[in-house]
Amino acid sequence: MTVVFKKTKGLTDVQTHYCPGCTHGIVHRLVAEALEELGVLDETIGVAPVGCSVLAYNYFNCDMHEAAHGRAPAVATGIKRVRPENFVFTYQGDGDLASIGTAEIVHAAHRGEKISTIFINNAIYGMTGGQMAPTTLVGQKATTAPYGRDEKHCGKPIRIAEMLATIDGAKFVERVTVTSPAHVRKAKKAIKECFQVQLEGKGFGIVEVLSTCPTNWGLTPIEALKWLEDNMIPYYPLGNFKRPEEVE
Amino acid sequence: MTKVLMRGNEAIGAAAIEAGCKYFFGYPITPQSELPEYMARELPKIGGIFLQAESEIAAINMVYGASGAGARVMTSSSSPGISLKQEGISYIAGAELPCLIVNIMRGGPGLGSIQPSQTDYFQATRGGGNGDYRVVVLAPSNIQELVDLVIEGFDIADQYRNPVMILGDGMIGQMMEPVEFKKPKPRDLPKKDWATTGTKGKRKPNIINSLYLEAEELEEHNKKLQAKYQAIKENEVKVESYNIENADVVIAAYGTTARIAKTAISQLEKEGYKVGLIRPITLWPYPYDEFEKINDKCKGILTVEMNTGQMVDDVKIAVKGKYPVHFYGRTGGMVPTPGEIVEKVKEIYGGEI
Ligand SMILES: Cc1ncc(C[n+]2csc(CCOP(=O)(O)OP(=O)(O)O)c2C)c(N)n1
Ligand code: SF4
Repeated sequence: MTVVFKKTKGLTDVQTHYCPGCTHGIVHRLVAEALEELGVLDETIGVAPVGCSVLAYNYFNCDMHEAAHGRAPAVATGIKRVRPENFVFTYQGDGDLASIGTAEIVHAAHRGEKISTIFINNAIYGMTGGQMAPTTLVGQKATTAPYGRDEKHCGKPIRIAEMLATIDGAKFVERVTVTSPAHVRKAKKAIKECFQVQLEGKGFGIVEVLSTCPTNWGLTPIEALKWLEDNMIPYYPLGNFKRPEEVE
Repeated sequence: MTKVLMRGNEAIGAAAIEAGCKYFFGYPITPQSELPEYMARELPKIGGIFLQAESEIAAINMVYGASGAGARVMTSSSSPGISLKQEGISYIAGAELPCLIVNIMRGGPGLGSIQPSQTDYFQATRGGGNGDYRVVVLAPSNIQELVDLVIEGFDIADQYRNPVMILGDGMIGQMMEPVEFKKPKPRDLPKKDWATTGTKGKRKPNIINSLYLEAEELEEHNKKLQAKYQAIKENEVKVESYNIENADVVIAAYGTTARIAKTAISQLEKEGYKVGLIRPITLWPYPYDEFEKINDKCKGILTVEMNTGQMVDDVKIAVKGKYPVHFYGRTGGMVPTPGEIVEKVKEIYGGEI
């Protein structure tokens, strides 16, 4: 019998704690598969954030370093500067990366730090129970935006991929989602390409993944996928914003 | 070995390199900037890395990552910058990683001043970040001692897997004295088999972490930390004392103020007074036991600091109510003069206070 699909070596056998229908799990799998397929798992040091993926260090089957809220890019910088031969990635939520840790991600990108970032944008703070994130859509309700996000009060949602793409040191920037098998395949391709940029020593790379939080959005997993497609993608367009120029 | 004349801040850098530190992450702040400047100049020459971070928060988190990856690594700052580093220091202590943190103190609170002070004693010795953790705090009072403590500090950090802080002030950072670089007493340093270096397919993944979601697990972790702190208290106390068996008055002072106290003591001795000195070199662990050696007829202890009396609490714990504890301090960057200390000691002698 031919094996069509099997679990990647990049993940441990630990059961994840993610809510049913949460796309964090899919993204973990894609990252792990990419590490395995690129043959770097044994050389990888991952940096876990604070947020729902705080336990990512238990799930990825490689050396892992837990960071304070938002500081993963600085921690990754320290690791990579000591061990330039290792592959270093951060996995961060939108509260983590787009709020408390904006300085750290902007400057890691700005320095052209040779690390890769997987950025989970679910337009909300998942772990702490559904508070507003910098990425929460205008009109979207959150526990700290009970009347819906009002742009006159707290500004419009921040577009991280577009912002980081303006920075010279960022060599790979792409926004993907994982709401359908086709999107999942594209996301995997983006993650691999992003990792390749680090492996070739070109600079900083980030993949922003539009992700669901059925629990805090108050939707079923299926409704959540649809809500993402109908509401998030129009504001956060998918696509590649930057890749290193092909050099022959 | 020949002695070289060095400024405090640069001597720290030279000592760190001597100790095998190849990584420095920092952010400029007066009065310690000569240290990152020195590292920026010297580290690339030996294949090391100096990186100016975007903030103190980033700098300490770079230290956190670098230490987790197994490196000897340091950062330095001055008071407001150390406040920002506290989050990272708590994480580093929680994850049990070694590193050297230098605080060349300036006046506070807030932006304060750029003059020397000792106003971060509480923050250094009691934590500053969240949680039940301790940092080994070393307080040199001359440049030779500064160099010795930086070199030994890295070993202490590695031995106990704990952050070590050099607590100096603007005066120590800026003054110049001749120094020589000596090897510390050899220690049995544990292998860094916990470091994140990539598994190479040869071992289970290493995880650097300070999160324990189960109450029992976190309590166990805290018990383990406390046992380590107990071992540090038993093995690492450093103190210099002078004439405390005969003294009528004993001065307690550390760092810069201890130097000044020494001048005051020799002046007082010429006039026939018997004054002793206890100079804690480790501020944590504190040399409480040394105070037991003070003679029973002592009239009182004078604590001298460049703050409003932060070490007084420790001195009171140490003397257990046996002697009255007095305080003399200056703030705002004012350094107590020997004359002021002499006067204060005489007041204690005369029973005026
Ligand atoms: C310094 C600090 N501030 C706040 C928190 C509380 N906190 C934990 S997770 C979180 C939000 C995380 O949201 P996000 O990064 O979007 O990840 P998600 O849970 O949505 O995956 C916050 C605010 C913390 N742990 N540390
Ligand atoms: S709270 Fe939201 S982001 Fe967190 S695991 Fe549940 S669904 Fe996923």
